[in-house]
Amino acid sequence: MGRESPVVRAQEARVPTGNAGEVPAVTVRGLTKRFPDAVVYDRFDLDIPRGKLVSIFGPNGCGKSTLINMITGLIPIDAGEILFDGKPLRDTKFGYVFQNYREALFPWLRAIDNIDYPLKLMKLPKAERRTRTERMVASLGVKIDLNRYPYELSGGQQQLVSVMRALVVEPQILFLDEPFSALDYEMTLFMRDQLQRIFVETGTTTVLVSHDLEEAVYLADRILLLSRRPASIADYVRYDAARPRSDATLSQHDFVRVKAHCLEVFQREVRKG
Amino acid sequence: MKPIRLDPYLPIIGVLGLVAVWYLAVWYQIVDPVLLPSPVDTFRALWNGIAGGRLGFDFMRTLERTILATLIAAAIAIPLGIALGSSERVYRSVEFVVDFFRSTPASAMFPLFLVLFGVGDKTKVSVAAFGAALVILFNVAYGVMNARKTRLLAAKVMGASRLRVLTDVMLLESLPQTFVGLRNGVSLALVIVVVAEMFIGSTDGLGQRVFEAQQLFAMPDMYAAIFAAGGLGYGLNLMFLLVERQFVHWSGR
Repeated sequence: MGRESPVVRAQEARVPTGNAGEVPAVTVRGLTKRFPDAVVYDRFDLDIPRGKLVSIFGPNGCGKSTLINMITGLIPIDAGEILFDGKPLRDTKFGYVFQNYREALFPWLRAIDNIDYPLKLMKLPKAERRTRTERMVASLGVKIDLNRYPYELSGGQQQLVSVMRALVVEPQILFLDEPFSALDYEMTLFMRDQLQRIFVETGTTTVLVSHDLEEAVYLADRILLLSRRPASIADYVRYDAARPRSDATLSQHDFVRVKAHCLEVFQREVRKG
Repeated sequence: MKPIRLDPYLPIIGVLGLVAVWYLAVWYQIVDPVLLPSPVDTFRALWNGIAGGRLGFDFMRTLERTILATLIAAAIAIPLGIALGSSERVYRSVEFVVDFFRSTPASAMFPLFLVLFGVGDKTKVSVAAFGAALVILFNVAYGVMNARKTRLLAAKVMGASRLRVLTDVMLLESLPQTFVGLRNGVSLALVIVVVAEMFIGSTDGLGQRVFEAQQLFAMPDMYAAIFAAGGLGYGLNLMFLLVERQFVHWSGR
């Protein structure tokens, strides 16, 4: 797996956990995917560590979203194996947050009923559904009028509803596909911290596809840097700064160094194309 | 002092303008007064006809036929449209046939339906239903096919079965387009019903009223019947719009 970078080694020396003892939540082996015009993945291997937040970053069109769409079964794979704790996808509870919240939420349902929907699919009785929803809303400290329809909420609020809809099933793993890229900068900053709080509180293994390097590093325990097509792991960088991270984190030496390293790897991969 | 807001009253200007031009045309006898009665005579005929005269009865007959035709059309076309739209390949294979008959003037089908159903109400209603059904079918199928991909994926990724995706997402996604189809369908049904009432041995209905008034040279009655038909068409469209706003509150948002 990927080249070891000086940054990674320096950090591993300081935080002597390495990869030993980390149980993978997802193991991808020999993943192959061809589109009519290109090979996107060719015998691709990846471990996603349990209880960590992994950001996926890479050149445009390298298949970041395709990767999580294959892991979650939205796109069929041509060859290979994807296991969640050794089990197939259908035995796994996971959440998925789309980039386009306007098209991902159901506009005919109130926000609260949108959140309730996956529980309904699980055929839980109404009383239990309400308990679970209320508990989650309370634990996240969400201050949105959930009796409104999605189109009556701001973009950030809508995406927060999407995140809650993904979390309400208490997933073993949460996938987010560029969840903040349709929001303005102010809202993006706010949502980053919301996501971080959720992650700290629930400890859910999280995979975040991002097109913003700052965001990718800021939120991540691991930054997965992909190469151009066919995508391979260009680097899998650790970033172990304590949480909660804040604006101050962005100017810390550690953050700047990891981000600079990621940028360097990214630039190298872009130039190869 | 607050300026008076004129905007809500703007539509009245057109109405007043039309009546004014009409008055002038009658006053200066630009048009033969036998062919164009004055607005006062016309509205008197309209009032008398609706309040206790034949016109009110004819209005209700036409309304009944139009509504019945639209209901039959909707009952057939909505389920069929959903079935066709939920499989793009099925739709593509019948698209030409649907499009062809949708483009065929329904009035050209009168002789055929006359042979099938005789000269009674059945023919009028079924030709109107035929025309409306194709319009509704086409719109429902498109509504289902153009359901937002992300929304379908969202349901799928949450574990919804194919049937649940259809009932929970596709159906609701297609509702705005279904209402477009219903509004177009009811307008077309009215057109066909009125034409049928004129020419297919009819004893009542607005079409028959217009035609008879013209034959008797009762011009105020004829104009009154035309306005009644216009009011009916406008009212039906408005009614569907209001129902739509109630049921499809998310449309266009």
